[in-house]
Amino acid sequence: MTLHLDKALMSMKAQLADYCKEKNIEDAIVVGIHSGGVWVAEQLMTVVPTTEPLATLDITFYRDDFTKVGLNPKVNQTLLPAIEGRHVILVDDVLMSGRTIRAAMNEIFDFGRPASITLAILYDLGQRELPIAADIVGEHLTLSADQRVKLTGPTPLSVSVVVTH
Amino acid sequence: MMRSEPRALQLNEHGQLKHFLTLDGLDKTILTEILDRADSFLSMGEQSVKKVPLLRGKTVVNLFFENSTRTRTTFELAAKRLSADVINLNIETSATSKGESLLDTLKNLEAMQSDMFIVRHSDSGAAHFIAEHCTPNVAIINAGDGRHAHPTQAMLDMLTIRRHKGGFDGLKVAIVGDILHSRVARSQLQALTTLGVSEVRLVGPKTLVPSFFADMGATICHDLEVGLKEVDVIVMLRLQKERMKGALLPSESEFYRLYGLTEETLAWAKSDAIVMHPGPINRGVEISSEVADGTHSVILNQVTNGIAVRMAVMSMAMSGQVQSQNDDESVAREGK
Repeated sequence: MTLHLDKALMSMKAQLADYCKEKNIEDAIVVGIHSGGVWVAEQLMTVVPTTEPLATLDITFYRDDFTKVGLNPKVNQTLLPAIEGRHVILVDDVLMSGRTIRAAMNEIFDFGRPASITLAILYDLGQRELPIAADIVGEHLTLSADQRVKLTGPTPLSVSVVVTH
Repeated sequence: MMRSEPRALQLNEHGQLKHFLTLDGLDKTILTEILDRADSFLSMGEQSVKKVPLLRGKTVVNLFFENSTRTRTTFELAAKRLSADVINLNIETSATSKGESLLDTLKNLEAMQSDMFIVRHSDSGAAHFIAEHCTPNVAIINAGDGRHAHPTQAMLDMLTIRRHKGGFDGLKVAIVGDILHSRVARSQLQALTTLGVSEVRLVGPKTLVPSFFADMGATICHDLEVGLKEVDVIVMLRLQKERMKGALLPSESEFYRLYGLTEETLAWAKSDAIVMHPGPINRGVEISSEVADGTHSVILNQVTNGIAVRMAVMSMAMSGQVQSQNDDESVAREGK
């Protein structure tokens, strides 16, 4: 399967610009989830009306599968400004089960209560295990059970479909 | 009884921590991982909720056979910030004083489905003994045993040094005072050597700084001026007043005159040297108030860093335990 990254990113940018306009979202905080979500969020910063720098989130300490898979040895830094009452645009590269987004929202709420959270995803793979939906989607994909999307970056940003074993 | 080699006992098949007993045998990679993980936890202090759900549902038992309010409190706070349930056991008033053996006490605690023991004991090797005899599902963290080791204290000192000096390459470090009785100094020496500082000087009178420490890679100094010359980091150790009455030292005042850190003696070190102390401080015995509260002092940073380091070690040991248990379960499944 060939993925058209530029097309998906362009689609996200157009949708996000319209979304912010429609919802009167100004000066939002764009939050990328490490690592792929941060790279995608960097691309989106140009279309979001905000003066805030890009914020980053590592959900390692909020994962619900710690007792099954252990702890990720590499934990990136979570850098969030005060978010009380602010609009948050949460960005990740791939949405599948929804568990990462649940963990990310739990972590965000530990920093304060935002006015709203908008979810922007580059690739939505379906296969949800939690009732979570994205507001902005670059592309919907249907993969076989052994396939995954792999994003590499930050420069150049590229994407491929890999087979897991 | 044959004792397990520390490295084999502490690490699982994947080289991850499952107990934290000593720094002996741990390599630079794992020490750096502890420091990196602690850095991640330090940034949590800026959150309005200073807690993560990582150890939710786990039970941590503070098993203190020797009093230490400060260490116990920081371990308790670290466990609570990881969302664990914490039990504090004051052993002096508990079953062991009624004649129950240590192993029987342990078996009872295991039966309560505890997941982690934080062990403080006046006998060297106590944490190691407990790790050998406990069920393998319980992680043991050494919170100081006799004269042997105090690995989390050493690692919080390493975190403090790294955050103030940016790294360890080329650093000269002086550890001053009662080296002989200090488990902190032993663990610090191991950590500093592993992390690659250029020189560690152990400074104090001959009675408290025996020459055999040179075999562990340290430079021995009995003169404070020589010991502090051009150092980047000064670690002052607590001089335990109870030992003053023995033959090791003539008097507190003489020790202070010869080895005390004052503004005058601090001037022998580099102008940007940092001053550390594991606490509690004896003002006017090993350090003056001006230095302890002065601009070079990072003593209170050490306390903050201690919580982050203990969170790092606890989360890593619990993760290593989980990995081991998963491996055991898959072996058992394959064996069916």
